[in-house]
Amino acid sequence: MDSLVEQIERGTLWQFPGGVHPPQQKSLSNQHPIARLPLPDKIVLPLKQHIGANGQLLVNKGDKVLKGQALTKPSANWSLPVHAPTSGEILDVTPAPSAHPSALPELSIIIIPDGEDKWCELHPIADLASLTHGQLIDVLHNAGIAGMGGAGFPTYIKADSHQPIEYLIVNGVECEPYITADDLLMQEHAKEIVQGIEVMQQLLKPKRVLVGIEDNKPQAVAAMKQACEHNDTILVRAIPTKYPSGGEKQLIRVLTSKEVPSGGIPADIGVLVQNVGTLFAVSEAVYKGKPLIERVVTVTGNTIHKAQNVWALIGTEIKHLLDCQGFTPVAEQRVVMGGPMMGFTLPTVRIPVVKTTNCILAPDNQELAQPGDEKACIRCSACADACPQTLLPQQLQWFAKAKDFDKLEEYNLFDCIECGACSYVCPSEIPLVQYYRVAKAEIREQKLDQIKAERAKERFEARKERLEREQQERQNRHKRSAVTAAKPDAEKAKVADALERVKQKQGDKSAVQAAIERAKAKKAADGSLEPDNSEVALERAKRKEQARLYKEQKQNTQDSEQTADDKKDAVAAAIARAKAKKAAQQAEQTAPDEQANLEDAKPDPRKAAVAAAIARAKAKKAAQQSDEPEASVEPSQAQTDEHSAPRKAAVAAAIARAKAKKAAKQAEEAPSDTNAEAEQAPSDANAEAEQTPTDEHSDPRKAAVAAAIARAKAKKAAKQTEEAPSDTNAEAEQAPSDANAEAEQTPTDEHSDPRKAAVAAAIARAKAKKAAKQAEENAQDADSAPAPTEQQKATDNNDTSDNAPLTPEQKRQAAIKAAVAKAKAKKQAKEQEGNDPS
Amino acid sequence: MTLFYALIALGSLALIFGLILGYAAVKYRVQSNPIVDQVDAILPQTQCGQCGYPGCRPYAEAIANGDEINKCPPGGEATVKKLADLMGVEAKPLAGGEEAEPVKTVAYIREDECIGCTKCIQACPVDAIVGATRQMHTVIDDECTGCDLCVEPCPVDCIDMLPVEQTKQTWKWQLDAIAVKQID
Repeated sequence: MDSLVEQIERGTLWQFPGGVHPPQQKSLSNQHPIARLPLPDKIVLPLKQHIGANGQLLVNKGDKVLKGQALTKPSANWSLPVHAPTSGEILDVTPAPSAHPSALPELSIIIIPDGEDKWCELHPIADLASLTHGQLIDVLHNAGIAGMGGAGFPTYIKADSHQPIEYLIVNGVECEPYITADDLLMQEHAKEIVQGIEVMQQLLKPKRVLVGIEDNKPQAVAAMKQACEHNDTILVRAIPTKYPSGGEKQLIRVLTSKEVPSGGIPADIGVLVQNVGTLFAVSEAVYKGKPLIERVVTVTGNTIHKAQNVWALIGTEIKHLLDCQGFTPVAEQRVVMGGPMMGFTLPTVRIPVVKTTNCILAPDNQELAQPGDEKACIRCSACADACPQTLLPQQLQWFAKAKDFDKLEEYNLFDCIECGACSYVCPSEIPLVQYYRVAKAEIREQKLDQIKAERAKERFEARKERLEREQQERQNRHKRSAVTAAKPDAEKAKVADALERVKQKQGDKSAVQAAIERAKAKKAADGSLEPDNSEVALERAKRKEQARLYKEQKQNTQDSEQTADDKKDAVAAAIARAKAKKAAQQAEQTAPDEQANLEDAKPDPRKAAVAAAIARAKAKKAAQQSDEPEASVEPSQAQTDEHSAPRKAAVAAAIARAKAKKAAKQAEEAPSDTNAEAEQAPSDANAEAEQTPTDEHSDPRKAAVAAAIARAKAKKAAKQTEEAPSDTNAEAEQAPSDANAEAEQTPTDEHSDPRKAAVAAAIARAKAKKAAKQAEENAQDADSAPAPTEQQKATDNNDTSDNAPLTPEQKRQAAIKAAVAKAKAKKQAKEQEGNDPS
Repeated sequence: MTLFYALIALGSLALIFGLILGYAAVKYRVQSNPIVDQVDAILPQTQCGQCGYPGCRPYAEAIANGDEINKCPPGGEATVKKLADLMGVEAKPLAGGEEAEPVKTVAYIREDECIGCTKCIQACPVDAIVGATRQMHTVIDDECTGCDLCVEPCPVDCIDMLPVEQTKQTWKWQLDAIAVKQID
């Protein structure tokens, strides 16, 4: 058995399964040479005429362009430039209907030709061998050459195959009825095609180049054979006419017996197929420097008056081609782009010729019948017999109708080349290939959706993650800010504490205030938001009360002082006199007066002691005096009064008289003198006792005590008067003890409430002063004149009374002393008042 | 004695198999419910929430736990069918009387009416809206799933849901357009 290469060289051909033999109808258009058309009025140049991406636009609206000028620049993968097919001005760059069954608008450059058809500068390559592989690929790329057989695959990618190419197959089969573009091109430009083949040979270095041409094109076969006589690696093969032998896979099968694996490409088996039109374009690009700006288009059909192949500029509207060739449309005229088997009916004739357009078929209704109604599949399996790809069209049809895309894929739908052989043979006129096309589109769409869904899912999850992260960050930030906020809070609290302390310190002067502060602080700590003012109010009320009280006291003292100031001298003198008189009386009665004096010594125990000593001395004196007869008491008293205050002698005399009268009265009541004296003493004591309560109304306790003491004294005095002559010593002794008792009692009282006591003392003093005044005014009550509050005064008075009988000089001195004493007393009173509020 | 040997043999066999099974349980532990992933792969991932779940994955989990399979309007009949096959249940018509073939839409912001409130940006489950506060927003239509979620929050109603524009890539042969009458 010969090797494959030997067989191929010998001219052995193989068969592909299936295939049909539709009427050729090629003679319509292959009888005339390729015509040159007049320039169209308008060129519509879609940016995308191939498989792959758009190029980048290089021109703008209004630009003048030259023929062959690149209008786009290749950018991403698989993108090809487009070139101006003729010189002119760019009218617009706008979406225009595309050469697609849907005629969906596609961005297009619209050029108005200027009619000059002026070429731009071209760069033909003189020496092919001097170019590197890459440079040659770039030439093909920049010329914008795409597969011109139908799919429009960028040629530069095919030519740059990384897989070793064993056989380069040149496709000149043109199996589809009506189309003769390649046929004519081969007839007229075989030499250029062979040049193109040689360029590809240089690029791909294949073992053999096989040119496949159907045997219904004998002229083309002859032309090609002649053109490549010089190159024995190029083998021209005439292959049996059978549709679709022009299919890439079928041609490979026929020429090399090789089969492209399902889902694979020919390069996988070391084969590469190029269309003759593409190779011509390659030759033009390399040897003439011309980019792909025109192509041969078969304009055919029974409605075309002059059916023939024409050189059509890329971007020429179909209408222009039809018009140029004499188009007489019939009713329900269809214009098909491509052949009758694989082409599609154009929705409009205002669609441009693109790089893949090989035929414009304008058939009348007889030659290409309107498809009849689809009938039920009779399971004749004719489609399966006709299928060049050995698929099961019938099964695929069921699955396509059921939209069972998984099953479709399982039955290799994507190996279908959409040749239409099955539809052609179908007795039920089922448009099988249309179903497959729809199914394929839907599967592709689903796959795109799947990809999109996958991306959406990724984005959704990324977003979710981001949101979670942001939330986390936000929480962290909150935590941080809480910490930083807590610090100032603590500082504030510290400041507040300090303030509190300061306040408390300030409030220390008042314990109550401090307590309230504390209570407040506690309350604040308890968190009661509303400030409790009741305590403050209470406090304020208390203070007000105190202030009022104090004011009252002050006013009282001021009043009393004022009155005292007015007639002080007189009063003091009167008091002094009264005291002197009293002292005289006391000298007789001793104890009660001493006790009364001592009673006034309350504030100072030391003074009390001094007073007690004085009292003892007086008592002794009184005891000496008591030796004198009782009856002389009154005159002596009068005398002392007269001596002590000559000015007020009358008054004193009156008092003395009153006393004498009283005494006389008493004497009447009491038969014996001693009794009268005894009676008088109690009356004195009672008077004192009576006065004391009035003095001390403000302090009932003290008053009671004082009253009790006064009663006790009166009793004692009565007793003493009886026992006087005998027990003077005892009396004298008793008096100091009493005075001591008083002195002792007072401090305890003072301790219990010093403030109150002070207030009471002040009031008592005021009253005493008042009483003194009254005593002066009421001469009759001279006896009951109060004991001066100031002990010093009393002692002074006592001194005066003691000294009174001695000399008039001494009397004057006594008066001065009395004044001094009064001033002192006033001072003392003032001091006491000043001390009181504190 | 024979009984004794039999017991020994069976016991040791049980021990060996137990160890093998225990090891396998640890070694080949399935981390997540694989059915959830399969369901999730079928769902259209629009994240629109029309099923009542916050996204496609939660609905996939719900389906795996026995929820109805016909709650996905964007997926349409095809999704229901696939889910029915996967879950081994009857395919049901879509809940809520939705059309079987949902029209794919994409959000479009009328940009001169946009006030830049960013509410739609926050609503978009796939971050397909770009813009900033008081700046015009716009939709990245390639990323938009057409879930409608941005329409409701817009205070000025400047978002339209437009049907996805057909391109040559998404175009499908219309059998009706070439006078094909289907016989089913």
